[in-house]
Amino acid sequence: MISNAKSNYKMRKLKNRLFHGVILLSTLFGVIILVVLLTDILKSGLDRLSIDFLKSFPSRFPEKAGIKSALAGSLWVILLTALFAFPIGVGTAVYLEEYAKKSWFSTLLQLNISNLAGVPSIVYGLLGLSVFVRLLGFGRSILSGALTLALLILPVIIVASQEAIKSVPESLKHGAYALGASKWQVIRTIVIPTAMPGILTGTILAISRALGEAAPLIMVGAMGYVAFLPQGIVDSYTTLPIQIFNWTSRPQEAFHELASAGIIILLVLLLSVNASAILLRNKFQKRM
Amino acid sequence: MIELSKVRKTRKFKEFLIVILLKLIASISILTTIGIIFSLAQETISFFSVVSLKEFFTSTKWTPTLEPRNFGILPLLTGTMMIAVGSSIISLPLGLGSAIYLSEYAPKRARSILKPMLEILAGIPSIVYGFFALTVITPAIQKILPQTEVFNVASASIAVGIMIIPMVASLSEDAMMAIPDSIRQGAYALGSTKMEVALKVVLPGCVSSIAAAFVLAISRAIGETMIVAIAAGANSQLTLNPLKSVQTMTGFMVNISLGDIQHGSIEYKTVFAVGTLLFMITLAMNIISKIIVKRFGRYQL
Repeated sequence: MISNAKSNYKMRKLKNRLFHGVILLSTLFGVIILVVLLTDILKSGLDRLSIDFLKSFPSRFPEKAGIKSALAGSLWVILLTALFAFPIGVGTAVYLEEYAKKSWFSTLLQLNISNLAGVPSIVYGLLGLSVFVRLLGFGRSILSGALTLALLILPVIIVASQEAIKSVPESLKHGAYALGASKWQVIRTIVIPTAMPGILTGTILAISRALGEAAPLIMVGAMGYVAFLPQGIVDSYTTLPIQIFNWTSRPQEAFHELASAGIIILLVLLLSVNASAILLRNKFQKRM
Repeated sequence: MIELSKVRKTRKFKEFLIVILLKLIASISILTTIGIIFSLAQETISFFSVVSLKEFFTSTKWTPTLEPRNFGILPLLTGTMMIAVGSSIISLPLGLGSAIYLSEYAPKRARSILKPMLEILAGIPSIVYGFFALTVITPAIQKILPQTEVFNVASASIAVGIMIIPMVASLSEDAMMAIPDSIRQGAYALGSTKMEVALKVVLPGCVSSIAAAFVLAISRAIGETMIVAIAAGANSQLTLNPLKSVQTMTGFMVNISLGDIQHGSIEYKTVFAVGTLLFMITLAMNIISKIIVKRFGRYQL
């Protein structure tokens, strides 16, 4: 009897250990893939990386090609996207958290936002194509692309801002009310500044998603080959992910190396955007 | 005194204006949905005035740009479903495994290293995974199975699966973290091993949230675009062979948009018709995942 229980116990312990190994491996799988992916891209792209690569336009000749126009296009699109999405996102969050009473409108709004977050990005591209490119006549411009991406990342910014606003302590607000502040004054001077670290983190994460997005921009007409710098928001453009896509779709090995180099720049850009999120957040937190 | 009431009045008016302004801003997200539905519906209706519903759903040929034109969505649909199934084989077990490890087994230090790693993995743009699929995964598959085509379902599925692992892991982990610790302690007190606690106590307690996470993950795989556009190919054939090239719904939309499609042309309408189907499928799955959570609740202990 006892020996039976003992062996049973041993079995269970063994099973547990095996299971531990299996799930540890499945966690490490992601990490290993990350390492393989990064080393592969560094290995094939690092040689192509140079100042000239940053300063040249794309070209039929791989040795002359660069990402000048893609980099400029990405910056234009991203800045404009942030400019549109940030105030709308924060405004919506403020409305939902501070003003909206439990009504059909606020329920619909909340439901709508969570559904929008699940819409594939390429469908936003179709929206942009028919509304911004055709209906409003913005054409295949930076403006159309930025507006499309702004709508795409809006749900992320709204949800993150809502969380941040929710976490502002009631006591702070009550203090301001007690001093005679109006609702908007409380929001402007207490709620938004206090929630700012969270809002910024969410916004910057959303921005970095937009920075890597290619599918909706292809739908609204970002071009694969642009040999000039955009001068304004109605110019045509290309972005880094689209330039990378263009190079990846060519069969020649040399273009794949260019794609790798482009990916390195894209990842560095994403990394610095995220690092700036952390820095900004820390700065705001200190001030509070 | 008069001054004060005047101040109050302008202040009240300002507050009123702000509420209106914020409400207008908030409506933009509803306008977005309306915009999506209208723009999809408009072109799709005009598409189906040219192509019959019967042809769209039963024909097995998809050649919308070549004469004779065929508009059978089945090849694209099977392509999409193969990617969804293939990526799920990778992402669901590995994501769930990671979640169990992170929530139940991992020591604090391991967690603090592994979690940011998964977050980095989640932050990598899909175009990068597409490149990875084409230049690393495909050659690796070809080494084992030489008959594999350059563009193939297997490679794209693996890449989509890898991309979705962090999402499955983080949603499932959140679900498991929501199980109160007292329940675990109770099971330990009865002499359970860690595995028994994880699989027989924690997991059954949050199975509905995990099921919802799985549905969301599959929906995301269906909507994934750049990986399949790069690695799965543009060959809209009806096949179930994962080593062959197929076209998915999203892949078709990207491929055709790379050329300059004219507004009002049948190609233009076709993109919207495919987009409508994609939108409906993903919307249905998102709703299903919400129903699962709502119906079956969070704790079923």
